[in-house]
Amino acid sequence: MTQPIIEMKDIEKHFGPVIALGGVSFDVCPGEVHCLLGDNGAGKSTFIKTMSGVHKPTSGTILFEGREMHFDSPRDAMAAGIATVYQDLAMIPLMSVTRNFWMGNEPVRKIGPFRMMDFARANRVTMEEMAKMGINLREPNQAVGTLSGGERQTVAIARAVYFGAKVLILDEPTSALGVRQTSNVLATIDKVRKGGIAVVFITHNVRHALAVGDRFTVLNRGKTLGTARRGEITPEELQDLMAGGQELAQLESSLGGTV
Amino acid sequence: MSDERMKQVSTLRRIMIRPELGAISGTILVFVFFLMIAGDSGMFAPQGIQNWSVVSAQFAIIAVGACLLMIAGEFDLSVGSMIGFAGILIAILSVQWGWPTWISILVAFAICVSIGALNGFLVIKTGLPSFIVTLAFLYILRGLTIWLSILTTQKTVIGGVRKAAEGDWLAPVFGGKILTGLFQWMGDHGWIETFSRGTRAGQPVVEGIPMLIIWALGLIIFGQWLLTRTRFGNWIFASGGDAQAASYVGVPVNRVKILMFMFTAFCACVFATSQVMEFGSAAADRGLLKEFEAIISVVIGGALLTGGYGSVVGAALGALIFGVVQQGLFFSGAESSLFRVFLGTILILAVILNTYIRRIITGER
Repeated sequence: MTQPIIEMKDIEKHFGPVIALGGVSFDVCPGEVHCLLGDNGAGKSTFIKTMSGVHKPTSGTILFEGREMHFDSPRDAMAAGIATVYQDLAMIPLMSVTRNFWMGNEPVRKIGPFRMMDFARANRVTMEEMAKMGINLREPNQAVGTLSGGERQTVAIARAVYFGAKVLILDEPTSALGVRQTSNVLATIDKVRKGGIAVVFITHNVRHALAVGDRFTVLNRGKTLGTARRGEITPEELQDLMAGGQELAQLESSLGGTV
Repeated sequence: MSDERMKQVSTLRRIMIRPELGAISGTILVFVFFLMIAGDSGMFAPQGIQNWSVVSAQFAIIAVGACLLMIAGEFDLSVGSMIGFAGILIAILSVQWGWPTWISILVAFAICVSIGALNGFLVIKTGLPSFIVTLAFLYILRGLTIWLSILTTQKTVIGGVRKAAEGDWLAPVFGGKILTGLFQWMGDHGWIETFSRGTRAGQPVVEGIPMLIIWALGLIIFGQWLLTRTRFGNWIFASGGDAQAASYVGVPVNRVKILMFMFTAFCACVFATSQVMEFGSAAADRGLLKEFEAIISVVIGGALLTGGYGSVVGAALGALIFGVVQQGLFFSGAESSLFRVFLGTILILAVILNTYIRRIITGER
């Protein structure tokens, strides 16, 4: 096995009295899709936000390429090569594909004393990168709102990859999509993995996870229930782990937390 | 994944489908209307043109600020009060305290832009809607303006600004006129009307282009360039479109918003200074309702009230519509109440058209 590019060790995150994460460990290697599964409220979102620099962990260490890192902002994490594609926050529908693609990384061209955005280059690169992902845009200045949900996710993924993401975190990219669009996004994830990028794929759909995942970690109530490799676990077992964990949690709380 | 259901876009459609279409149609409609009913009233003679273009330019100056701020996702309702405040400040400093006019103007700008920054800072830090925060400043600034004016002069109108500004280098930048030589030359050749009697006999009726119009054009060009051609423009769209998505990819949303509040305050101060220099006086009630007139111009211009979408050129055309309709009242001599009906109708029609176009462009449903 190759060296993990990012390793999260015993991550805890407290929000006041609420313990959102109670010691989660997780790692992902280049060219691997590591699926993070769990039901709503399991702490998936908090965990990936810790990884992407939105939240600071209360305790625990983050090793990135073997070195300990402290991300103060999403910008820090991005600079290190950790890109996150959020399910509903990926794109701004009112803005054009090009404007979205380059948002926060706009190419600048200097004409005399004026610094302008280099639209010629931005448009060209956007069209090329989208074509690589299998989407032929009508024109680069068409608004993202005119694209389908799957295409929007793909623009966001293409953007992350183009800007040198080493770790790509996908937050439920398939949860709001139809069957055809889901397969397109899963195919895109496979393309990204083949490019040697480490992918963290968050989902609560076991079938989507098994379609592309190399490893699977189940999260429940802020704790990991274990990690399995591809082939070591059947869909039924994975499903049971998610559901069973939930049952266990319910049982535990009904017994007053003594078990 | 190319979509065969996507229709080919015709060139005509591409030219037509733009955010400013509503404002362009409105402008054409307004001009045709007034050419028909007031074409021979002098409205389109040089003096008439100067009349409505100055009024439109005033609207445009504050509309550019309001437009960029609205696209960045915020409102500023304190613009009108800021205009009154800046004017009184300049008058007190230059007339009452006897400071040089240029220092008074610069101090007024510094204070206004700082208040703009404070507006922005409060909106960002409290997370309250800018509607509420700036509404508070609408009252605070208006109250301060009247209080300061009464405190220093026992009046709410302070005159003598023009006299104090004589020989000042900065005052003409706001209150002066340019191309006066050209207009004199055109007058000498009989191309434009000149005074035939009195002390100004031989001088053209329209002496030149007021600096107010130059400021308006400058701000429109700057705003349009900033918004559509620069990296910062992309940040403005992104901040208003979805502040969280924008900050996740590293757009400094807070900085963008605060800067836009400051820019809006700057525009209000340009308006105030030009007005004070033109009238030679400041009054505590100046700028009343200007914030709404700015917002209406921006909305006629195709901007979305919730941010993330709009056009500076559109807002400028909205201001032009506003100015032409308002001044058209006097020229046509028609029942003024009917023109409010006319203005309201244009507002509704432009916004309906804008909404329709925006849906086509952005795929909103």
